[in-house]
Amino acid sequence: MSTLFKLTWVEIKLFVREPITVVFTLALPIIFLVVMGGVFGNEPGTGDMIIYRGVGAMDYYMPSYYGLIMMAIGTVALPVHLTGYRERGVLRRFRASSFSVWSVLGSQMMVSFVIAIIGSILITIVGIVTYHPHLPVYPWSLAAAFVIGTICFTCFGFFLGAVLPSTRSAQGIGLILFFVMMIVGGAGPPPEVLTGPMRVIGEITPLHWVIFMLQDPWLGFGWHEVASLITVGITIVSAGLAARFFRWE
Amino acid sequence: MPPIISVQNLRKTYGKTVAVADISFEVAEGEIFGLLGPNGAGKTTTIECLQALRQPDSGDIRVLGLDPLTDAQALRHRIGSQLQESALPDRIKVWEALDLFASVSPGAADWHILLEQWGLAEKRKASFSNLSGGQKQRLFIALALVNSPEVVFLDEMTTGLDPGGRRVAWDLIRAIRDKGTTVVLVTHFMDEAENLCDRLAVVDLGKVVASGSPQGLIARYTSEGRVLFTSEKTDLPWLATVPGVKKVAVKGQRVEVEGSGPVLALTAAALVEHGIVPADLRIEQPSLEDVFLKLTGRTVGE
Repeated sequence: MSTLFKLTWVEIKLFVREPITVVFTLALPIIFLVVMGGVFGNEPGTGDMIIYRGVGAMDYYMPSYYGLIMMAIGTVALPVHLTGYRERGVLRRFRASSFSVWSVLGSQMMVSFVIAIIGSILITIVGIVTYHPHLPVYPWSLAAAFVIGTICFTCFGFFLGAVLPSTRSAQGIGLILFFVMMIVGGAGPPPEVLTGPMRVIGEITPLHWVIFMLQDPWLGFGWHEVASLITVGITIVSAGLAARFFRWE
Repeated sequence: MPPIISVQNLRKTYGKTVAVADISFEVAEGEIFGLLGPNGAGKTTTIECLQALRQPDSGDIRVLGLDPLTDAQALRHRIGSQLQESALPDRIKVWEALDLFASVSPGAADWHILLEQWGLAEKRKASFSNLSGGQKQRLFIALALVNSPEVVFLDEMTTGLDPGGRRVAWDLIRAIRDKGTTVVLVTHFMDEAENLCDRLAVVDLGKVVASGSPQGLIARYTSEGRVLFTSEKTDLPWLATVPGVKKVAVKGQRVEVEGSGPVLALTAAALVEHGIVPADLRIEQPSLEDVFLKLTGRTVGE
């Protein structure tokens, strides 16, 4: 147990010392928040076309950016970290010293939560100070969605880290997934303005469903059962594949 | 006393490449045991099987009474490993690595002592990626010892160390042995094996070609010592009649006398008798290098 916590603490420090991941998980969502809030404010649209699910842009984006942070962890941070560890022999070193797979992956799970929580707190503070969004209507449901979403993208990251052969492939594929998911998955333009094929692609991204799961309790729509079931499904499949393909070296 | 490690007919192949053909040996508790051989002889593969890092094709291995195939995790807790190919995260600091690896074994010795012993105290706050090759190597040895292992495996441990650092490392390893830890050492350095090992197995092409103490191997596989000196007079036919002398070779002013037994004393006496008193008279003892040459027909570098 002590190894798990020591490793988690070391991994948090390593995370902070890695500029790229800090940019993608912590800085980028805040930059988007500031820019999108500046452009769209928080007044619900009045035109014929309903955008942002009929709510103000900032009310829409706040929970979306929680999801964006989780997604950045699962696509950019974790796959590169895990493939790098395997490629360079760090996992081999850990294994020889009897670190269990549970402490190695468990520590990453804890780091994901710490980063997701810190990132979301930053988003919340910056959002509230600048654009005055409405606060979550069902905070406990939101908290539950937050936990499920973070576990989902962490397992997704484990899956990518397990199947991608090298750090380079993880960087390439991770970044592509990050930008595609961000743009069509609901953290970029309002999903209602996407054209047909884009909307279809958006709906098959995990981010799309995690965002719905986070938005509904925040906006007072209740609990999005379909989104939460799909998210849990993605989590189980990702975890299963990660366990199947995980390699120490 | 049963051996602390026993390996019977170990075999490991990678596709068509036979890394380990058939290796058997035993290691007694509290000794420094060496696997000596050229690169690619199968030494690393062998000890990786012992450390439960690789699965042998066939053969029977017991380390501390445990089977690496079935008791891998229990075994890894009780052994220490310095691996030839491994790394730490670039940005982890030296003290963080020691503190982390020590946490695996709660009863382990204080890692601060290792930090001092292995000359890393000044570098305790340095990142792994900023360490020199020798410093990284010393950190890896320290990590191998941080869980107070009963058996420690060191794979080419002095690679990257300067000559002074090697001597210090040898002294520290002897001190560890003296405290009761069994040491298994893989090396291709003849001097290291000769200086450090209580017993060793010479490995070539995936097989053990000889084993014993360094002195025992030298005595068994080499007989001649070589007496060397320089002399202005090189026409010395009487040298060949000195008892024990088998061969005399003259290269310019340099004379080499091969022989066995008390050849140095007898040669010296004969030289003095003939009025030759070379200032550089010395004997070159046969070394493991000669043993290896004798056993394989090659030097380790070839």
